[in-house]
Amino acid sequence: MVMKVYGDEMSACVARVLLCLHEKDTEFELVPVNLFACHHKLPSFLSMNPFGQVPVLQDDDLTLFESRAITAYIAEKHKDKGTDLTRHEDSKEAAIVKQWSEVEAHHFNPAISAVIHQLIVVPLQGEKSPDAAIVEENLEKLEKVLDVYEERLGKTKYLAGDSYTLADLNHVPYTYYFMKTSHAGLVNDRPKVKAWWDDLCSRPAFLKVSPGLTVIPVTN
Amino acid sequence: MELHLRMFHTGFLVYSSVFKPRPDRWSDQVGPRTGTFLVRSAGFKNIAKTKSFLSNLNPFGQVPVLEDGDLKLFESKAITRYLAEQYKDQGTNLLPDDPKKRSIISMWMEVDTNQFLPVASTLIKELIIKPYQGLATDFTSVQEGKEKLSEILNIYETRLGESPYLAGESFTLADLHHLPPIQYLLNTEEEELKNLIYSRPNVAAWVEKMKSRPAWLKAVAMEEHILDLMNRRRLPKQLDSSCHESTVVAQKTAMVVIANN
Repeated sequence: MVMKVYGDEMSACVARVLLCLHEKDTEFELVPVNLFACHHKLPSFLSMNPFGQVPVLQDDDLTLFESRAITAYIAEKHKDKGTDLTRHEDSKEAAIVKQWSEVEAHHFNPAISAVIHQLIVVPLQGEKSPDAAIVEENLEKLEKVLDVYEERLGKTKYLAGDSYTLADLNHVPYTYYFMKTSHAGLVNDRPKVKAWWDDLCSRPAFLKVSPGLTVIPVTN
Repeated sequence: MELHLRMFHTGFLVYSSVFKPRPDRWSDQVGPRTGTFLVRSAGFKNIAKTKSFLSNLNPFGQVPVLEDGDLKLFESKAITRYLAEQYKDQGTNLLPDDPKKRSIISMWMEVDTNQFLPVASTLIKELIIKPYQGLATDFTSVQEGKEKLSEILNIYETRLGESPYLAGESFTLADLHHLPPIQYLLNTEEEELKNLIYSRPNVAAWVEKMKSRPAWLKAVAMEEHILDLMNRRRLPKQLDSSCHESTVVAQKTAMVVIANN
């Protein structure tokens, strides 16, 4: 049975999973979930993910939520085809991939998602304006993280070494949205980070997924 | 030190957040060689921010860091996974091989990262770290934190009604990562926080089972031993909790400093 992904292409977290599926040349069915109509808060959805968030993956009897757990599962299940996203054949290299994946989750994501939340989600909710103080505070945090990346990417082509892995992939959707804001300079002004980003955007899997990332941030 | 709290029966050098005063008076290795691992101090204020630490160990200037031969690894969830893999044939099997079972463990580790830990860390920061640092607790933030924690624990209560541990019938990395922050929440003076846990029978049973595990008891004893060594050598008054991957370790040491000054 084909894997099902619940969610919409414009969701960054859903896109993370779609990127992984394309890198692994794996068939899937996308089942839309109408977030604007709050279908992710209905009991039928909550029975799949009690936290009421997309994406959710169904693979036969397995139901999985949390996009990074989903990408890790897909990468492991299909480790023998498509791009080697985990370096599973060497335990130390695999650990380095995990390390930089955790960096994305713990250092990069909180800062960048806070900015995207203010500049995309808040305006869509219609009631408030973006909070400039939150944007400012998180841009500062993001700059520090990107300084570490600039240094790291001076030594290796990708974050976990010389090939593209989940550690890089997990960054893509939020960065794509971030580059549409007026703060793209944080990436553009760091040559190694910029080169890395351009490379990530040239991948065939990215070119299949990016057209779905249609939300426009406010220019703030 | 966070690594002690989470890992057992490992055989490498582990950098921990134990205070390291003047190098001419101390050797680098404080703490017992317990079983097969060694604890190395990386100190508090500024040690994890030195050029040497940043360029050789962790560019984010945080502990824990694990060294195994030429591998240097930071980020505790990467470290625990690596050790669970390397030692899967001994001790508790924290990470089974089956991809579907493993994915459930990953999922609950992500829930810890994205849902549980942000709320727990804020509460620990407001209720323990800030008072220690002489800063005012933001009680609005505490109240919001308790409400969010309550919602999250409702989900855990349902989950732990389906199986004794988060990912199924046995204790795994998914449960292990929750234990240190839960311990610190319980260490606060806040009855309401304790009640959030103990008023939920499945969550309470899960916490009590984890706390009674021999490995946890060993880790706590080792940490207390190390803190005692630190005590007798006079601790610094300054504590930089940004060194720590989570605030939980800073808090425990802070309590010792307060008790001795």
